[in-house]
Amino acid sequence: MRELSGKVAIVGVAESDQIGRVPDKPAIMLHAEAARSALAEAGLTKDDVDGLFTAGISTTELGEYLGIQPKVTDNTSVGGSSFVIHVGHAATAIATGRCQVALVTHGESGRSRVGMPPRVTPPDSLRGQFEAPYGLPQPVGAYALACSRHMHEFGTTKEQLAEIAVATRKWAMLNPKAYMRDPITIEDVLNSRPICWPFNLLDCCLVTDAGGAFVMTSLERARDLRQHPVVVLGFGESHTHAMISQMPSYTSFAARQSGKVAFEMAGITHDDIDLAMIYDSFTYTVLLSLEELGFCGKGEGGAFVSGQRTAPGGDFPMNTNGGGLSYTHPGMYGMFAVIEAVRQLRHDYADEGIRQVPNARIALVHGTGGVLSSAGTAILARY
Amino acid sequence: MSEYKKPLPKPDPITAPFWESVKAHAMKIQRCNDTGKFFFYPRGLSPFTLSDNVSWEPVSGRGVVHAFTIVYQNRDPAFAEEVPYVVAIVELEEGARLMSTLVDVEPDPEHVRIGMPVEVVYDDVTEEITLPHFRPVRAD
Repeated sequence: MRELSGKVAIVGVAESDQIGRVPDKPAIMLHAEAARSALAEAGLTKDDVDGLFTAGISTTELGEYLGIQPKVTDNTSVGGSSFVIHVGHAATAIATGRCQVALVTHGESGRSRVGMPPRVTPPDSLRGQFEAPYGLPQPVGAYALACSRHMHEFGTTKEQLAEIAVATRKWAMLNPKAYMRDPITIEDVLNSRPICWPFNLLDCCLVTDAGGAFVMTSLERARDLRQHPVVVLGFGESHTHAMISQMPSYTSFAARQSGKVAFEMAGITHDDIDLAMIYDSFTYTVLLSLEELGFCGKGEGGAFVSGQRTAPGGDFPMNTNGGGLSYTHPGMYGMFAVIEAVRQLRHDYADEGIRQVPNARIALVHGTGGVLSSAGTAILARY
Repeated sequence: MSEYKKPLPKPDPITAPFWESVKAHAMKIQRCNDTGKFFFYPRGLSPFTLSDNVSWEPVSGRGVVHAFTIVYQNRDPAFAEEVPYVVAIVELEEGARLMSTLVDVEPDPEHVRIGMPVEVVYDDVTEEITLPHFRPVRAD
């Protein structure tokens, strides 16, 4: 694994032309817009692309829409973590010579539901038989169930969960593209509408329309391209279950595996991380991920995020775009965590005051998919 | 009796014995005879060893609340008027876990607690389907 570290770079990133509420574009056009912009930012064309990666739709549909016939196709689709997992898969394909330029795209019309598959649970599916009859709203109810167990075992409080939502909103206030930019307090989170105990509305991610894309190539080629290269130091992935009723432990998940492998491959320690992009589908997702990735001990996630440590100016910069809680969350947010890490490591926000994490050199990106089902971790570095 | 509007399970050939057992108000789940461990949902082989050496065994229907949530909002019209209600993961005495609805309890985090003993109640929701719900075990 170590021989793959540092060999491949992310050379272009982009969102779709608009994000948030985009009622006039189908999901696949959100993929396409982001792909076009990410390639342009890199100084590459679609004819350079010979590796195609996506989730949510088939790579065959994506290739057809963009007129790309790849040498490497990878449709790993395990929920919102997929795009973080694609970083590792694409890096492996490029480092081993199977392709030269990888395009990874995402697009979902999560709010407007234009060109999206219907949400159906067949009654003879396992979920249809063993979960659907009981009326658990998915995915929010699943994360809420898991969170109840963390509160029981470790005394984690709703106030501690709210710290994450408040700190993340402070970052969103610095991001003009963020969907929610009004300041909030811990009291606001606790007093927002109850959804599924212990979650209130402001513990939950947004539902938006958005697309995103990034382009990867060898570091050697990246040096000649337009953007400052961001290299891939390490990556890992895993999953433990599909349905929340089958989760082996509600206070541990696949991040434990994906993070361990990513750190070992990168050959760095937690103290080397300058910023963390941690998928925030719900406040609990973040708290549990921080523990499982080893940033704090088991059960210490609540204390770790207290005192607005993860807010702008805090000593643990996290979710600096405003996250899925306040910036955008079309359904599978992992793509946007990668995009923001790259921008921070390129110092794209150098003229925007505290929005830029000072001297950002190494970022950890962590994606969670399904109902705490899957995990992908990538460690990226400014070249 | 008004028409039942919530999602109903459709048993398949592997899971049918479970649904037949709850319809008979005598729940059975599977045990892996290689390891002696119970598991749920029903599978065509043991998830512990991939062996065919599994059997259907009657279970007590008693367990404890392992995790829970109180649903305050559900956009599905079949459930929208029932909020708030409690969905729980129940750990059966035999060790396997399943999802269900808790009944006969205040849908309030002050009244539902993890570790609370519960027992199955069979809810014959249609002529074909019975759902296993759970209620707190009464002190008497």
